[in-house]
Amino acid sequence: MTRPVGAEDATQIDLKGVGMRFATPDGPLVALQPTDLRIRRGEFLVLLGPSGCGKTTLLRMIAGLSRPTEGTIVIGDQPLWEGDRRNARALSELGVVFQDAQLFPWLSIEQNIALPLKLAGLDRTSRLAKARELCALVGISGFEKVWPRQLSGGMRQRAAIARALAADPSILLMDEPFGALDAMTRDQMNLELQRIWLTRMCTVIFVTHSISEAVFLADRVLLLSPRPGRIDVAIDVDFPRPRAMQSQDEPEFQRIVRELRGRLESKK
Amino acid sequence: MKRIPISWITTPTILVAFLLAWHGYVTVFEVSKFILPPPMAVAESFVELIQDPAAHRHAWITLYETLVGFAIATVIGVGLGTILGKTPWLEQALNPFIIATQVVPKVALVPLFILWFGFGPEAKIVVAAVLAFFPILTNTILGIKSVDRGHRDVMTVMNAGRWQRFISLEFPSALPAILAGMEVGVVLSIIGAVVGEYLGGSTGLGHLAVAALNDYKVGAMFAVILLLTLMGFVLYVLVGLLKHIMIPWHESVQRI
Repeated sequence: MTRPVGAEDATQIDLKGVGMRFATPDGPLVALQPTDLRIRRGEFLVLLGPSGCGKTTLLRMIAGLSRPTEGTIVIGDQPLWEGDRRNARALSELGVVFQDAQLFPWLSIEQNIALPLKLAGLDRTSRLAKARELCALVGISGFEKVWPRQLSGGMRQRAAIARALAADPSILLMDEPFGALDAMTRDQMNLELQRIWLTRMCTVIFVTHSISEAVFLADRVLLLSPRPGRIDVAIDVDFPRPRAMQSQDEPEFQRIVRELRGRLESKK
Repeated sequence: MKRIPISWITTPTILVAFLLAWHGYVTVFEVSKFILPPPMAVAESFVELIQDPAAHRHAWITLYETLVGFAIATVIGVGLGTILGKTPWLEQALNPFIIATQVVPKVALVPLFILWFGFGPEAKIVVAAVLAFFPILTNTILGIKSVDRGHRDVMTVMNAGRWQRFISLEFPSALPAILAGMEVGVVLSIIGAVVGEYLGGSTGLGHLAVAALNDYKVGAMFAVILLLTLMGFVLYVLVGLLKHIMIPWHESVQRI
């Protein structure tokens, strides 16, 4: 499957000098140095790095959850912040998947998935129909009526992806979404995510500390390094899609993994 | 075949053992029936009590005072608890006063309530409400403040407004704590109503117990206590039922 070219190269997310510093008793702590970054429409971008490198900080700033202490973020043609208010039109472009699924335990799976639509004022019939469609997309059909606690971690994370996609965002932000899953479920979820991404044609920003996961998923990997948090290097992964788990055995794939690992270890 | 829960065997066994011990004690030590009547005498008085139309009237009055007091405590406790839980500066400002009013022995205020609200049901409703109010208030504050940070992030990302946050996140998230407060509160509101009746007025089961004692009808007094216990048990079970309806998703709610 190939993705159409053309509008794809247009910048969708534009970070200009975006940085984050905190005041601590020991002086200012730089969580992320001022960073310029452009993310193309439809790109699968992976932020890779050890803990403390600012990758989650960067993602949370793009999600509007933390406000950068310097610089501006523009989503499409909308600034994310207008004064101290979040711009609703910029936020409507975003869907977020967190490390823990963060489903609401008092809502059934379909109610959880339909929540963004409920908040947007969509009527019950339409939003539940949409939720069922999304259950099918992420592979949890038949579990619409159960409570989140009745599902396994992998299934809950599928539901969380469905919820993030419910309001048809053009950008999906994912913060180590499969970090808590066992290795086999994780491989499975990576394949599923690739399939969903190829179906939905959205932009994805994905945070991980797994090198092989990063290379498997990404069009472009940004390697971040800590103290102070900054982007160290950007590496393009031009592997054809859809990629299979066996792609990881190919020399080109392993060369990229080795390169990233070398850079990571040289920082220690 | 499903296994029978162990409590189906242990509960009746312990109950029978208790009654036998009671009966044995009264018989062996020849305890005066004015001090502790034997279980059978209490049972007879109880049957008499529940067949007496006057007793029904007293029971309804106590139930009415309890439920109205509990309802008032729930509405004000949940309402104020929500406001304080969402307004940290206000909670901090009022906290010393909340603690002060909480540690006041409220039963000692009952004569004051009777002075203010008279010998009718109003004073007892106030006592029932005051006693049930604090566990509901403090649990509501706790529940509203304990909303998961990650869940808050979910609502922020969905660009939810203040009201939407409350309806879709904060209130449902606080419900288990609120219902736990109500479970404690409903029992306290019975205590409030009965203590109010002990100290003033001529209606309600509390009054009936005091009247029975004054007439040296100790069996009748025990029967009243038994009836109050059953009433408390039923109300406690009803709040438990409310949990099954309102928070069926919660770990504390076992599948029936």
